[in-house]
Amino acid sequence: MAFYIVQFLTGLASAASLFLVASGLSIIFGVTRIVNFAHGAFYMLGAYVAFTLTERFSGAFGFWGGIVVAALIVAVIGVLVEMVLLRRIYHSPELFQLLATFGLTLMVEDLVVLIWGPDDLVGRRAPGFKGAIDFFGQNIPSYDLFLIVLGPVVLGVLWLLFQRTRWGVLVRAATQDRDMVAALGVNQKWLFTSVFALGVFLAALGGALQIPRDAVNHAMDLRVIVEVFVVVVIGGLGSIIGAFVAAVLVSELNAFGILIFPKISIILVFLVMAVVLIVRPWGLFGKPEAPARRTPGLTVNPWRPLTTNERLAALAALVVAAALPLVAGNYLLTVGSEIAIFVIFAVSLHFLMSVGGLASFGHAAYFGLGAYGVALLAKMAGLPMIACLLLGPLLGLMGAAVFGFFAVQLSGVYFAMLTLAFAQIVWSIAFQWVSVTGGDNGILGVWPEKWAASPSHFYWLSLGIAALAVVILRIIVFSPFGFALRATRDSPLRSEAVGIDGKRIQWTAFVIAGTVAGLAGALFAYLKGSVFPDNMGISLSVDALVMVLLGGVETVSGAVVGAIVYKALNIWLVSQTDWSKLVLGAFVVLIVVAFPKGIVGTLEALLYRRRKSSSSVSPLLTSRVESAE
Amino acid sequence: MRGYFVGAGLAIAVATMATSAMTTQALAQSEIKIGEINSYSLLPAFTEPYRKGWQLAVEEINAAGGINGKKLVVVSKDDGGKPADAQTAANELVSSENVAMLTGTFLSNIGLAVSDFANQKKVFFLAAEPLTDAITWSKGNRYTFRLRPSNYMQAAMLVEEAAKLPAKRWATIAPNYEYGQSAVAVFKKLMSEKRPDIQWVDEQWPPQGKIDAGPVVQAVAAANPEAILNVTFGADLVKLVREGNTRGVFKGRTVVSFLTGEPEYLDPLKDETPEGWIVTGYPWYSIKTPEHDAFLKAYQAKYNDYPRLGSIVGYQTIKAAAAILAKAGSSDPEKLIAAAEGISMPSPFGEITFRKIDHQSTLGAFTGKTALKDGKGIMVDTAYRKGSDYLPSDAEIEKLRPKD
Repeated sequence: MAFYIVQFLTGLASAASLFLVASGLSIIFGVTRIVNFAHGAFYMLGAYVAFTLTERFSGAFGFWGGIVVAALIVAVIGVLVEMVLLRRIYHSPELFQLLATFGLTLMVEDLVVLIWGPDDLVGRRAPGFKGAIDFFGQNIPSYDLFLIVLGPVVLGVLWLLFQRTRWGVLVRAATQDRDMVAALGVNQKWLFTSVFALGVFLAALGGALQIPRDAVNHAMDLRVIVEVFVVVVIGGLGSIIGAFVAAVLVSELNAFGILIFPKISIILVFLVMAVVLIVRPWGLFGKPEAPARRTPGLTVNPWRPLTTNERLAALAALVVAAALPLVAGNYLLTVGSEIAIFVIFAVSLHFLMSVGGLASFGHAAYFGLGAYGVALLAKMAGLPMIACLLLGPLLGLMGAAVFGFFAVQLSGVYFAMLTLAFAQIVWSIAFQWVSVTGGDNGILGVWPEKWAASPSHFYWLSLGIAALAVVILRIIVFSPFGFALRATRDSPLRSEAVGIDGKRIQWTAFVIAGTVAGLAGALFAYLKGSVFPDNMGISLSVDALVMVLLGGVETVSGAVVGAIVYKALNIWLVSQTDWSKLVLGAFVVLIVVAFPKGIVGTLEALLYRRRKSSSSVSPLLTSRVESAE
Repeated sequence: MRGYFVGAGLAIAVATMATSAMTTQALAQSEIKIGEINSYSLLPAFTEPYRKGWQLAVEEINAAGGINGKKLVVVSKDDGGKPADAQTAANELVSSENVAMLTGTFLSNIGLAVSDFANQKKVFFLAAEPLTDAITWSKGNRYTFRLRPSNYMQAAMLVEEAAKLPAKRWATIAPNYEYGQSAVAVFKKLMSEKRPDIQWVDEQWPPQGKIDAGPVVQAVAAANPEAILNVTFGADLVKLVREGNTRGVFKGRTVVSFLTGEPEYLDPLKDETPEGWIVTGYPWYSIKTPEHDAFLKAYQAKYNDYPRLGSIVGYQTIKAAAAILAKAGSSDPEKLIAAAEGISMPSPFGEITFRKIDHQSTLGAFTGKTALKDGKGIMVDTAYRKGSDYLPSDAEIEKLRPKD
């Protein structure tokens, strides 16, 4: 019995550290609607700064003072980030802020290694909380007890702050209806900044408090960010109490789950989230979101198919791209194939996001399913390459059909997180089912047949399929189905009133996107000759999101440009510099500031405005302008 | 418009990358290039000393006149910890840089990905670090050689000591991925062969890098084992040790632990290093052989820092590559294979041989016990174990390894 009580308390201690970080994220999201991907980076910075301070200043005062000061320092950094970077892009399309904070995260990961060195840093134990307390023969670390008390204390302070102060009232009002708060004359700028500062402070405090139990290292951010997101979503976005309950729930399920299934930790949080979201689509303590007031897509210039001239231009460009093997060597052609494959992958997600208004955080699942489909068919059934390429993506289709059915019942961030949960479940199956998938050692030897083996042939194959995919998706956009999908995206209520079955339409779109992603994955398997669980991992899903956002989510085919720019730059930087994440992150941040609607989106808007203001623009230029759509 | 952008983008890509391709062609014939790939950005704690190690080797080789009179150049690429990116890098090294051979890699799945690439493209690949048994056995191929003692070899070394313990009730803690799984499987198999009386009472599989150490340690303690096998390393190991120490879980129990004696993983623990763990590792401070002294002196002179195990691996990888290139007298992969099979060479750990039968080197490892000295963790009672003594019989390997 004593064991179970101790295990419960241990779970509570884990929950407390999780809650600190999660509460900050929840507050930031609730008010600013920013999906703050950099939250983990702030957590990590908190730990690094606290490490330096607690090593420098001795004694109990030095330790506890160091922890608090570290959190304050990082909060100031957070304020700078908010004022310099995020303020510029609050009016960008939804999720665009994710791109900015993603860029920051990349930079911080390299920066901490540059500043603090590559080694794992083990900090001091907390003065006064070094030992353990005997509980019927079981030891409980006293630091755990400290955390167990701290969690509810922070919860209480936050509750008082939000319920009993004017600032708290404003924050709650902003959480419910930002526009109304602004209309009532509240200075939103400073409200947002202060909220962001508080959130970052909590993240950094959470990181700093890990010093006595963890090793400070440059991978801390990614370890925590996804888990924290999941906790926030399970609890209900913007709900502090929800975050607390969810943290306890997840930690306790883990503490007791490993007694029965020792391998459960790897997937537990995602299983819990999937179940909670299917049963309670707004999380445990969340409230249904009011229908959006604005349409998510801007309507600066309505979408329209390409004119004949533009089509000819596109065809000419395709011919130019197809001529690449005449000048380029094997390496460039292979890179070209990879870029073409990522164009397919990005446009499939772009279709779901821009046309369907459904931002998936787990799109890599269908890419990976396509890849595994090919690998299993080729290795186990020994099918020829053509058959594999045709049948492999069907695994992506099936996955999308099953998961999409549940996912489209949700919207917004909840939809995004459910897709993430499904992706992680698929990933963990690939990772754990060693006898079929080979686990993380993957499936090797999936090389193309002779006719496609040479780099130029494979490049043409990839380019051809990419062109086909883009054309087909464009045709779908401008088909009656595409119009119905856009209607559902722009106004669910009105589209329902005119007889459109929104959920079924969205489900179909999800399946289409999943199948196309599967096709990209199938080609990818042959390009690399092997398949790994990585091919459906979170980082690939994030890459795809970044490509779409970079291109411009409000365009018809911006993802094509986003994919080419991001992938080419990524490959080139990784090859040329040891600090590729720093440079790539800085580049992403610059792009965000320079092109607040994505590359294609911003160019399009700029040129559209110029065309309107001056009628002297040549017809040729005009056609180019619209081709950027 | 889609094609328009594909065209534009690829044109940019061509322009930027063609520059690097041209410089390649301009290179004189007086150089031999080796391509090297590792997870520099993902695992800097291991790969930085590793890089220093191979840079020292390159310097020494060129100071001694290079390889058959030609200057050795190592072109190094980062794989970011992703198998797919490692293949892109491998492709660049082979197609654009025209390297004579590929070397490097740390993670097992990346090692396997590059090994499969090497097999497909018929390129010689000397794997430095990946521990998986598959790379030389079940998924072995004729183009791939491996330097470091494998999972199996390290397990066999530890089993030799562990089997002497009186403990009968064993629990295991290992990261939940291939390395942890196969380390536990081999250890269990070899251990149970030697000691049929042993019971395996609990196993814990925390996700790699994400251990929730408190509950894990508590769960292991609840099974009341007499001894514990640990396979976690890095930040996970720190958390495990801290929780275990505070909760007194290691008290009165022997712990057998993979890799923990390597400075990379032992040094961060500082004064919290648990004492008396049976570990594999690298006690650079207590190795007293002329070969190692020479290496140690050169390393400390160049970097003003002590070597980690990664330094040894990096150093010996390039030394081995150079020895193979010198013996082959050519960069033809078939000749390289012929030269590498059975080649013997000196190393800081004494002479090693690359076996013909499975392309595994006989580089060994040190075993010993952890101890505290001046607030730092060290290994004591150390013994060097030759790799050749801890490999299965040739007949068994014939069964494990596919025919070329």
